[in-house]
Amino acid sequence: MTIVSAAAAAALFKDCTRCFKFSSIVGVGLGGTLTYRHTYKINRVHFSGSIPSSYYCCATLSITMEEVKPTFDVDKAAVLVNEMRKTFSSGKTKSYEWRMSQLESISKMIDEKEKEIIEALHKDLSKPELEAFLSEVETSMATYPSSAEIVSEPLGVVLVISTWNFPFLLSLDPVIGAIAAGNAVVLKPSEIAPATSSLLTKLLGEYVDESAIRVVEGAVRETSALLEQKWDKIFFTGGARVGRIVMAAAAKHLTPVTLELGGKCPAVVDSNVNLQVTAKRIIAGKWACNNGQACIGVDYIITTKEFAQKLIDSLRSVLEEFFGKDPMESKDLSRIVNSFQFMRLVNLLDEDKVSDKIVFGGQRDESQLQIAPTILLDVPEDSLIMQEEIFGPLLPIMTVEKLEDSLDMINRKPKPLAAYLFSDDEQIKSKFVQNISAGGIAINDTVLQLTVSGLPFGGVGESGMGSYHGEFSFDAFSHKKAVLYRSFAGDAPTRYPPYTPGKQKQMKALVSGNIFNIILALLGWFRD
Amino acid sequence: MEGSVAELRETFKSGRTRSVAWRKNQLKALLDLVNENEESIFKALHQDLGKDPVESYRDEVGVIQKSVSYSLSCLDKWVAPKKGELPLLFFPAKGQVLPEPLGVVLIFSSWNFPITLTLDPLIGAISAGNTVLLKPSELAPASLSFLIETIPLYLDNKAIKVIGGGADVGERLLKLKWDKIFFTGSPRVGRLVMTAAARYLTPVTLELGGKCPAIMDALSSPSKTKVAAKRIVGGKWGPCTGQACIAIDYLLVEDKIASTLIELLKKTIKRFYGENIKDLKSISRIVNKHQLQRLHNFLKDPHVAASVVYGGSVNEEKLVIEPTILLDPPLDSEIMTEEIFGPLLPIITLKNIEESIEFINSKPNPLVIYAFTEDETFKKRILSETSSGAVTFNDSMVQFLSDTLPFGGVGQSGFGRYHGKYSFDTFSHEKAVMHRAFFPELEPRYPPWNDFKLRFLKLAYRFDYFGIILLLIGLKRS
Repeated sequence: MTIVSAAAAAALFKDCTRCFKFSSIVGVGLGGTLTYRHTYKINRVHFSGSIPSSYYCCATLSITMEEVKPTFDVDKAAVLVNEMRKTFSSGKTKSYEWRMSQLESISKMIDEKEKEIIEALHKDLSKPELEAFLSEVETSMATYPSSAEIVSEPLGVVLVISTWNFPFLLSLDPVIGAIAAGNAVVLKPSEIAPATSSLLTKLLGEYVDESAIRVVEGAVRETSALLEQKWDKIFFTGGARVGRIVMAAAAKHLTPVTLELGGKCPAVVDSNVNLQVTAKRIIAGKWACNNGQACIGVDYIITTKEFAQKLIDSLRSVLEEFFGKDPMESKDLSRIVNSFQFMRLVNLLDEDKVSDKIVFGGQRDESQLQIAPTILLDVPEDSLIMQEEIFGPLLPIMTVEKLEDSLDMINRKPKPLAAYLFSDDEQIKSKFVQNISAGGIAINDTVLQLTVSGLPFGGVGESGMGSYHGEFSFDAFSHKKAVLYRSFAGDAPTRYPPYTPGKQKQMKALVSGNIFNIILALLGWFRD
Repeated sequence: MEGSVAELRETFKSGRTRSVAWRKNQLKALLDLVNENEESIFKALHQDLGKDPVESYRDEVGVIQKSVSYSLSCLDKWVAPKKGELPLLFFPAKGQVLPEPLGVVLIFSSWNFPITLTLDPLIGAISAGNTVLLKPSELAPASLSFLIETIPLYLDNKAIKVIGGGADVGERLLKLKWDKIFFTGSPRVGRLVMTAAARYLTPVTLELGGKCPAIMDALSSPSKTKVAAKRIVGGKWGPCTGQACIAIDYLLVEDKIASTLIELLKKTIKRFYGENIKDLKSISRIVNKHQLQRLHNFLKDPHVAASVVYGGSVNEEKLVIEPTILLDPPLDSEIMTEEIFGPLLPIITLKNIEESIEFINSKPNPLVIYAFTEDETFKKRILSETSSGAVTFNDSMVQFLSDTLPFGGVGQSGFGRYHGKYSFDTFSHEKAVMHRAFFPELEPRYPPWNDFKLRFLKLAYRFDYFGIILLLIGLKRS
């Protein structure tokens, strides 16, 4: 699938310092991105002789492969935002009826077009409260007599940037929250899931109010054009690297952001667990979850040295139960999304001191973009596979002397989006919950916390900021306006100058809120 | 500097600041600090800003006393895990939301309320169990010295530190990694703070400013109008002679009642503060020459100068500008496009008070909108058709004192909020925790996939328990 001349492809690697010998340049691509790779062999010196090893260098070229579309640039982005702003200013999106009708349309869309939604994950459609969220609030003596409320209002025109691994869920879930809160929304789905991206554009165009809800497709250039505009909120799901870029762009306009990022989500396994169920739930949270390509998927496992083999055996048998004897043939495993990710994962596996720790799996098929469920045991902590978020079907198991040591290992790394513990010991559970900082924690299960609308879903530290799901989605896209109603009665002269020591006493009494002090102050020093 | 920050991180790691006992001790110590040093605080504020002790008590000392007491009384409730609702499908399971400290936090405060804007966020940071570095503004030097000298005498030195210095120190601090940055100041610097925070994905709260308008509608009685006038004057020149993010910036009124109102305002100003610039009392002064010149420059525009109907005198040496009222300065003049942050009050007349909504919407979202009106329909319109951090009806400033209302901006006036429990929340991470049991097991969760499992999941996501039962006993069709 090479569409660039061999010479041009070779030119991609001209500055590569590892290229001792070119052996082949292959272009593999999906959806507009071509990745060129050349292989080189070097002899690595080892104390017992030299060992030939294969390495890959990769270079990615983004090429638009569709017919020439009018380009979406900064000017077009500005026009779009203007349109959205006009719609928002008209007040249309604030009405309860409009919000309900849009959400119902989306619901209908998903029902009717289910067949067309090939990669749809089942998602939560619970509708949040849509009435302007009014809550009566207590007021203190200091502001007596008054009453107060907190009114939810939409932020305005919001940008939702979603990612490729759960392309429907991570696009529509925030969009639903934005609509429920009364905003106008622009959605930028990921170009790495192009079928979903164009389907979303088509379907949303058919079902919802385009004057307030729009989709912009594209890649880096289109996203950059969007990020230059002024938004009232940006909701981003993706990796930390791009998260930083989004936040820096938002800073120029003082735009608040919610960043749903990732991290290395650990699963600690104690020896007192129901092994069968534990293995099933770990696998459900790893390979049955987009083949490991999930922000809250189990990234790595920590268990005791004694227990490791039992756990590995259990995982192997359940893997066979779920995916058959040859998982590469299983239809129930997602594939790796593209060759760039494929090669990244292969590099993690083939690293020195890592490749020899594979205890299960390791097979890969580039043409199918598939890597078999792979388990590794005790790779070095400073290896790439233990430094980066894996986001794939490789599961390192790290062993420790006693289970408590796992807490230190986890705390040495950036805070993850989720942390899991399988244990029956109340003390360990309590220690884990108290001492591990993560977006969310699940005990004796994996991933499910995502589906519960009663729990906020979001990260901390490197795994992100802000949260959503259920009512939290509504809040993420709202401004909670404080409203204080005062009457003209009860105007204490104390407040006003000229200031006197007497007024100071009165002030103290008022502020302390103590009713007796106030009465005394008013009786003793009530003077104008 | 890096050494201090490293110490804060170590202290946090040690876990000491997480204990509720530690937090309460620190809060009590903070209360003692303020109670025992009232006079010193009054002196520092008078030196920096010319604040009268009553104003200093009302806006700074008293606020902190109140906030600390409130936090102390609520802390146990705040740190307790909240129950999260879990669906029956997951039975038996338990869901909780557990607040935990973010870690090492940086608090920048501004010069106009140097004690409040430093210590109030500090209360939140301590309540939430963090370690803190405070960076108060160098433009209020006496207050800064007070804080630098006094805080180490009362609070845990290894967990709460104060650093002085100017913009260069601020820049250096922003190059380091923090778990949270809380900033009070101008939008310009707010952008720099957020950009720096983006490097480390540090969450920020920005308390900025804006032009806070006051809408004055016709009221049903002269006595109410008098009260409104007092509250307008109190809300403009009361807080630091207008140098406050929530001070009334400008006033909107119907042309019919404008002149009556202006006379009332003049009378009130004279009564509160004195008749002329030489004898001004009970009012702060401008913080420094730079701010004074900025304000003076507004008045140097000839069209603006021509619109002055009261006041206008400037004493550069004493850093005083007398309370000044302007009537209908040009809308494109700087005084009407920039945040004033000083003792100049432009009054804009409108044919119909309802036009004030459009007027306000033509400017960036302010921190607060004040509206003096008895018209319930108008109040509703203001609430639904404008956007601001907060709205206060028939008064000014007091929303700041509430422990139960969130205090923060929207749009250009900032994001995030604090006061009361919101302070605790702003310095916390709410961690979702789900506890599950090993039984029962839901087989349809696991591959190999088949049609039955798909149907089950569909019903499960609709919480159609009855349907699930039917499916399981073989009675449900697709």
